[in-house]
Amino acid sequence: MTLLQTHALTARYGDFQALFGIDITLEAGETVAVIGANGAGKTTLMRAISGVLASAPEQILFEGQPIGALASPDIVMRGIAMVPEGRKLFPSLTVEENLLIGAYGTKGSGAWNLARIYDLFPILKERRHSPGTALSGGQQQMVAIGRALMSNPKVLLCDEISLGLAPVVIKDIYAAFPQIKASGASIVIVEQDIGHALKVADRIYCMMEGRITLSGRSSEVSRDAIHSAYFGAGVHEHH
Amino acid sequence: MRSTRPISGRASMNIIDTLVQGILLGGLYALFAAGLSIVFGIMRLVNLAHGDLIIFAAFAILTITSMFGLNPFLSALIAAPLMFAAGWLLQYFLLNRTLGKDILPPLLVTFGLSIIIQNGLLEGFAADSRRVPLGSLEAATIPLGAVNIGVMPLLTFLSAIVVIVGLNTLIYRAPIGRAFRATSDDPVTAGLMGIRPQRIFATATGLAMVVVTVAALYLGTRANFDPSAGPSRLIYAFEAVIIGGLGSLWGTLVGGVVLGVAQTIGATINPEWQILAGHIAFLAVLAFKPRGFFPRAVD
Amino acid sequence: MSSTAQTWTTKTGTRASGLFGIAAILVVIVAAAAPFLVSRDIVQDLFFILTMLVLAQNWNLLAGYAGLLSIGQQAFVGFGAYSMFGMVILLGVDPLLATLLAGFFAVLLAIPSGFFSFRLQGAYFGVGTWVIAEAVRLVVAQWKALGGGTGTSLPGEARKAMFGVDFLKNTFDMKTSQASDAIAYWFALVLAAATVLLFYRILRTRQGLGLAAVRDNETAARALGVNAQRMKVFVYLTTAFVTGITGALIYLQKARISPDAAFSVTDWTAYVLFIVVIGGIGTIEGPIVGMIVFFVLQKTLSDFGSVYLLILGFIGIATMIFAPAGLWGLFSAHTGIQLFPVRRRLVLNGSDHTLQDTRKGGFNG
Repeated sequence: MTLLQTHALTARYGDFQALFGIDITLEAGETVAVIGANGAGKTTLMRAISGVLASAPEQILFEGQPIGALASPDIVMRGIAMVPEGRKLFPSLTVEENLLIGAYGTKGSGAWNLARIYDLFPILKERRHSPGTALSGGQQQMVAIGRALMSNPKVLLCDEISLGLAPVVIKDIYAAFPQIKASGASIVIVEQDIGHALKVADRIYCMMEGRITLSGRSSEVSRDAIHSAYFGAGVHEHH
Repeated sequence: MRSTRPISGRASMNIIDTLVQGILLGGLYALFAAGLSIVFGIMRLVNLAHGDLIIFAAFAILTITSMFGLNPFLSALIAAPLMFAAGWLLQYFLLNRTLGKDILPPLLVTFGLSIIIQNGLLEGFAADSRRVPLGSLEAATIPLGAVNIGVMPLLTFLSAIVVIVGLNTLIYRAPIGRAFRATSDDPVTAGLMGIRPQRIFATATGLAMVVVTVAALYLGTRANFDPSAGPSRLIYAFEAVIIGGLGSLWGTLVGGVVLGVAQTIGATINPEWQILAGHIAFLAVLAFKPRGFFPRAVD
Repeated sequence: MSSTAQTWTTKTGTRASGLFGIAAILVVIVAAAAPFLVSRDIVQDLFFILTMLVLAQNWNLLAGYAGLLSIGQQAFVGFGAYSMFGMVILLGVDPLLATLLAGFFAVLLAIPSGFFSFRLQGAYFGVGTWVIAEAVRLVVAQWKALGGGTGTSLPGEARKAMFGVDFLKNTFDMKTSQASDAIAYWFALVLAAATVLLFYRILRTRQGLGLAAVRDNETAARALGVNAQRMKVFVYLTTAFVTGITGALIYLQKARISPDAAFSVTDWTAYVLFIVVIGGIGTIEGPIVGMIVFFVLQKTLSDFGSVYLLILGFIGIATMIFAPAGLWGLFSAHTGIQLFPVRRRLVLNGSDHTLQDTRKGGFNG
C-alpha cells in the first residue's frame, strides 16, 4: 500500500524555483533514501512534505488524502514526524522536555514513549535534566530522533542526520534504525552520505538541481549510476 | 532597639513604616509587571497598551460589581475569563499579524490600541475618577509590632507572590509551559511538534490578561483610577521589569519592591516627589546595572 | 566600473523629482507671502502644519532611518519650550534668539537622555525615552520661577520687543499679535524647508546611505564599515536639536506653557507617529502626505473629542496592518514616482537601471 506520495511537486523561494515536479512514493513499512549533493533540493522536499512550505493540496498525498496545503501541526497530527536538518532542539527545554514536547500534538498511545526512547538511546536517560543544547552533536541528534518518535508517527522524515557527526557516532545512530523500523514506522532518509543511505534503505531516489535523476532498489542501482545522477553526467560545476 | 529620646524612636518607626508600605506597594507593581513580562518573554512583544488594559479590567470589575451588587473579588473572578478571552482574540486576530523581524508594527499597533482603549473608556465612563467599593476591608489594618499593616496592601503583596509562583509552575512544569518556551525558542520547529504558534501566543496573552485582572482588582480597590491612568501603569510595569531584569518573574517582584520603596521614600520627603523618586531609582539601576538585578542567564 | 566598454554614471534625480523641485521652490515663495494675503487664523493653521511637519520629519529620521523608536520626543519639545521661556523670563533674552538657543538646550538634555535610553534595545528603548520624558516633566513642574505645575505665560512686553515686530508694525501696519504670529510663521517655514533639505542631504550622503544600510541589516552594515552606533547617536542628537527649536517655536506662538501640555505624549508623539505612519515611514514624502491627511481629519473631526482620537487610533492600526508603507508607499509603488529620490540609479549608456540594493549604489558608485 502506498502510504505517502508526491505528485509533480514544485516549490519555490520567491523567484528561485527549488523543486521541479518531484514524484516519489513511500510504501507502508518501507525505508526510502533521498540522496543528492548540497543544494539538490532534498531539504526543500522534506520541508514541503512536513508542511513548513505550503504546496498545492494534490501535490502531496498521505494515505490517499491530499495534504499538500496543510500546515505542519496538522501534518504531524496525521502521522508524519520530522527530524529537521540541524536537529533544532529547543534551547530552553531539557532533554526530557524536548522529548515530551514531541508528543504535544498527538493524543493517545503507541509504541513509543519516554521509557522506550531511553531504551533506544540509554545515554539520554543519564542526561535527561541537562539543557538539550548542552549535549554533544550525536546526543543532540538522538534527542531529535526521539522527539520525532514521541508522536508515534506512521512516517518518520530524517533530514541529514549524519551531517557534521563523526563516523563512529553516525554508526551508533544508524544502529537504532532496525528498532525504529520494527516499531512499524516507514522512514524517509535524506542523506549526502551514500554509503549509509544504501545500507538502511530499501529504495533510493537521487536528486540534482530540484529534479529526481535516478531511482531504484538499493541492491540494484550501481555506484556508477549513482555517481552520475549525483554529480551530473560529464563535467558539472557546483557552486 | 531602645531609644532614650522619643523623637528618634518615632523617626526609626517611621522609616520601618515607610519601608513596609513601599514593599507592599511593590506587590502591586509586580502584578502590573508580570503580565508585561510573560508577553515579552514568550513573543518578544512589548505591549504599550498594557497599562490601559489594566484600567480596562478595573472598569470591567467596577461594572460587574455595581451591576450585580457583587463583592469585587467575585467580580474579578467573573472578569478574569472574559479578560482571557479578550486577550486571546486580541492576540490571535490583531497582534499576531504584527509579529516579525521588524519591531515597528507591534509598537505602533499597541500604541494605537492604547489610544483606542483610553478614548473608548472616556466615551463609556467619562473622565471621572472611580474606585471599586470594598466596604470595611478598605481601611482594615493588622497591628504588627510598631507598624500597622493594611489588609489590602498585604493581600496585594501575597497575591503577587501567588501569581508569580503560579506562573512559574505553569511555565516550567506544565505541558502548556513547555509549549510556551519551545515556541518562544523556535516557532517553525514548534510547528513540527504539533504546536500552533498563533494559538500559543493567543493563550499567552490571554494568561497575561488574567494577571492583568488580578492587578486591576487591587488597583481599583486601593486607589482612584480614570480612563487616562493607563500609561503611568505601563511605565511602572516597565520600570519594574527592567529593574528586576528581563525574563525573570521573581525579578519583577524585586523590581516592583525597589520601585515601591523608592516612591514611598520620595513621598515621605515631599508628596510631589513620589513618582519622580521612582523614575530616579529606575534610571540609577539603568546606569549601574543596565541588565537589572536578575538578568536571564541564557538569552 | 569605468574600465568596461560601457559607460556608467550614477544618478539620483528623476524627471518627476526635477519638476517637483521647481514646484516646491514656488510653493515656498508663495507660502512666504501668506501673512500678507490671508487671515490670521489661516496663518496659524499653516504654522501648525509646518511645525507638526518638522516634528514628523524628525521622528521619521529617528524611527524610519535610524531604527530608534522613540516615544519620548515630547521631552525635547517641552524642554526646548521651557528653556526658551526661562531665557526670556529670567534672563531677558530676545524670544526669537531664545528659540534658536533652545535647540542647544535640547541637545544638552539629549546627552544624558541618550546615555540612559541607549542602554535599552528595540521597543524598550521607546518606553525608556517615555520614562525620561516623564521624569523631565516632573522636574520642570518643580521649577517655581516658571510657574511650577500650573505653568506660566510669555510676558507681553517680551513679544512686543521681539526682533522684527516693530519693523512689521511700522512698515505693514500690523498689530503686535499679528506681527509676532507672522514672525513665528516665517520661522516655521524656514525651519520646515531647512529640515526637509537637511534630511534629504543627510540621506544622500555616504553616511545617510549607511543609515539605510543600518536599518536594513545592522550586522551587514557594520561589515561594510558603517559605524551603526555613531550614526544613531548623531541622528538622536540632531533630531533633539531640531525638535527642541520646534518646541520653543510652538510655545513662542502659543505664549502660554504648562508642563502637562508641553510634555504631552499625545500632542507631540502620538500625533507625530500617526502622521508618519499614515503617510509612509522611511520616506521624506510620507510625513508631508501624512500631515495633509492629519490636518484634514483634525479640521473635520476634532470637535468630536475622544471619538476623534478613537478614529485616529483605528486608522493608524489599519494602516500598519494593511498598508505598512503608508499612503505615499502605496502611491509610489504604483507609479514609481519619487519626489526625494535617495536611491541611486546606474545609468548605462543612457538607459536607466534602478539598483535594487541601495547599499551597492552607496559604496561602489
